[in-house]
Amino acid sequence: MMTNSNRSSGSLPKKRSNSERLTYNLLMWPGVILLFIFSIVPLFGLVIAFQNYIPAKGIAGSEWVGLDNFILIFSLPDSWRVLGNTLYIAIAKMSIGIVVPLIFAIMLNEVSSKRYKQVVQTVVYMPYFLSWVILGGIFLSMLSIDGVINRIIEMLGEEPVMFMADGKWARAIIILTDCWKNFGYGAIIYLAALTSIDLDLYEAAAIDGASRFRQILHVTVPALVPTVVLVATLNLGGVLNAGFDQIYNMYNPLVYDTIDIIDTFVYRMGLVDMQFSLGTAVGLFKSVVSFVLIVLSYVLAKKFTGYRIF
Amino acid sequence: MVKSNSSGDRMVKIVSYTVVTVLMLSCLLPLIHTLALSLSDKSAAASGMVTLWPVRPSNSAYKAILGDKQFFLSFKNSIVRILLGGALNIFFTVTMAFPLSRSKRLFPQRNIYMWFLIFTMLFSGGIIPMYLLIYRLKLMDSIWALVLPSAVPVYNVILLMNYFRGVPRELDEAARLDGAGPLRTMLQVFVPVSMPCIATITLFSIVGHWNAFFDGAIYINTQAKVPLQTYIQQLVVDMRASSVMSKEELAMLAEISGKSFNAAKVIVTMLPVLLVYPFLQKYFVHGIVLGSVKG
Repeated sequence: MMTNSNRSSGSLPKKRSNSERLTYNLLMWPGVILLFIFSIVPLFGLVIAFQNYIPAKGIAGSEWVGLDNFILIFSLPDSWRVLGNTLYIAIAKMSIGIVVPLIFAIMLNEVSSKRYKQVVQTVVYMPYFLSWVILGGIFLSMLSIDGVINRIIEMLGEEPVMFMADGKWARAIIILTDCWKNFGYGAIIYLAALTSIDLDLYEAAAIDGASRFRQILHVTVPALVPTVVLVATLNLGGVLNAGFDQIYNMYNPLVYDTIDIIDTFVYRMGLVDMQFSLGTAVGLFKSVVSFVLIVLSYVLAKKFTGYRIF
Repeated sequence: MVKSNSSGDRMVKIVSYTVVTVLMLSCLLPLIHTLALSLSDKSAAASGMVTLWPVRPSNSAYKAILGDKQFFLSFKNSIVRILLGGALNIFFTVTMAFPLSRSKRLFPQRNIYMWFLIFTMLFSGGIIPMYLLIYRLKLMDSIWALVLPSAVPVYNVILLMNYFRGVPRELDEAARLDGAGPLRTMLQVFVPVSMPCIATITLFSIVGHWNAFFDGAIYINTQAKVPLQTYIQQLVVDMRASSVMSKEELAMLAEISGKSFNAAKVIVTMLPVLLVYPFLQKYFVHGIVLGSVKG
């Protein structure tokens, strides 16, 4: 087939293959121009991290300050706090985000009714498609002092809790609600891996006298290990992404201590307090670290599992 | 499969069914609770009496939405946004995925473009340079600020490119022998056979545009132009304050905003997503996830 196709394309008139190349290039250009404007030009904007940027003066007219912004940022206790919060929340979300979908997928695999399986899948994938504006609204309403959760706590004879005014509670809620939103969707990749297991393996194990629990342990779990390794490595690149949309919609000044993260910090510093240069410096620091981590994660993923995205 | 009836095996079944069911209910109950709130009487909702069933049922919250001019304006803005943004996304995804799916022999510059795309995925300027760019381009307060920056969804381009590469070679050859040029081959061969993938990508990008709120919050200053999620977000700010309020403060707030009213808005806002969701679900497992896992 290979030689065949080579021959047929090879016999094309030269003129036609040139016009074909031109068409491909023309098809690419509109998108390339847009990407240049909205992805590359902002990269040049990053130079304001090394300036004392004043909007009225523009980039050309603002004063260059070298690394002063970075020195200032790393001397602020707030910066270290948000870095710590970001790592804590992101790593907690990732770990739970691997374990819960994994257990869910294994248990769903044990459900024998096909119909029920489908119903469950339909329901648990749904929250993934709802925005944090909506879900933040729902959870904050449920968790407020007059919300349904506190109502239940009161019925059990306990004191109501101001969940979103307490740092530890707020952090736990951020991590748990994120797991709630994403575990169903996160399970898809494991369920896909499960469909490729040869059913004969279970049968053979059963004939050897293995109980269902042992079959899960020795057939299901090993089949999922490569996927778990892949997901874990690819997650590495997101270690500084603790979930801006969610936290922006759910936090408040009382809990900045535990759930203020780099992205929300940059937003307030840059767009609320108009400290463009300082905000950009923090953002640049995050981008550089993230870039290194993403490249590292792809290299590791390729090494361990042979995974390639391109 | 060999049937086994030992008590241990039954235990595995029971535990699995229980855990799976509990997880499913956990996803459903907050939504049912919100629906119940929206259908409850204002004072019942404010006092936290509502759990999963409306207390003193009333449709006054939905009636109130009908009188909320801003809600309708924002709803309309969001519809315009998903139509414009969705159309741009499909256009750029298809027109870029097709040349990139060609071999290096047919399209020698392919790898240069590919590296450019990957570069844009790896590096981003972050929100502040982006904000200043939108400001400089005079796109502030315009719908274009919401659709142009995300008009080229690079990740989707790569997904569709991979899908195009799976199209049987024979179809391509046949079109070539029939004298079809690249544009006709793309529109009449590749696009029709890739409909499941294109449909999935389109639905994802529409849902993405519908759910976006932050760009609307920072780029749009005129309240009448604000998209729906951004408007709901402004209400969430009220709720955010209410999550740390005392009971007395809340009673005052209940007079002016009201939990059932907000719940009704939340329900109406997520309704479009719930409506397209069945179509989305039908395709996304097979159309996207399996394709991307296999690479």
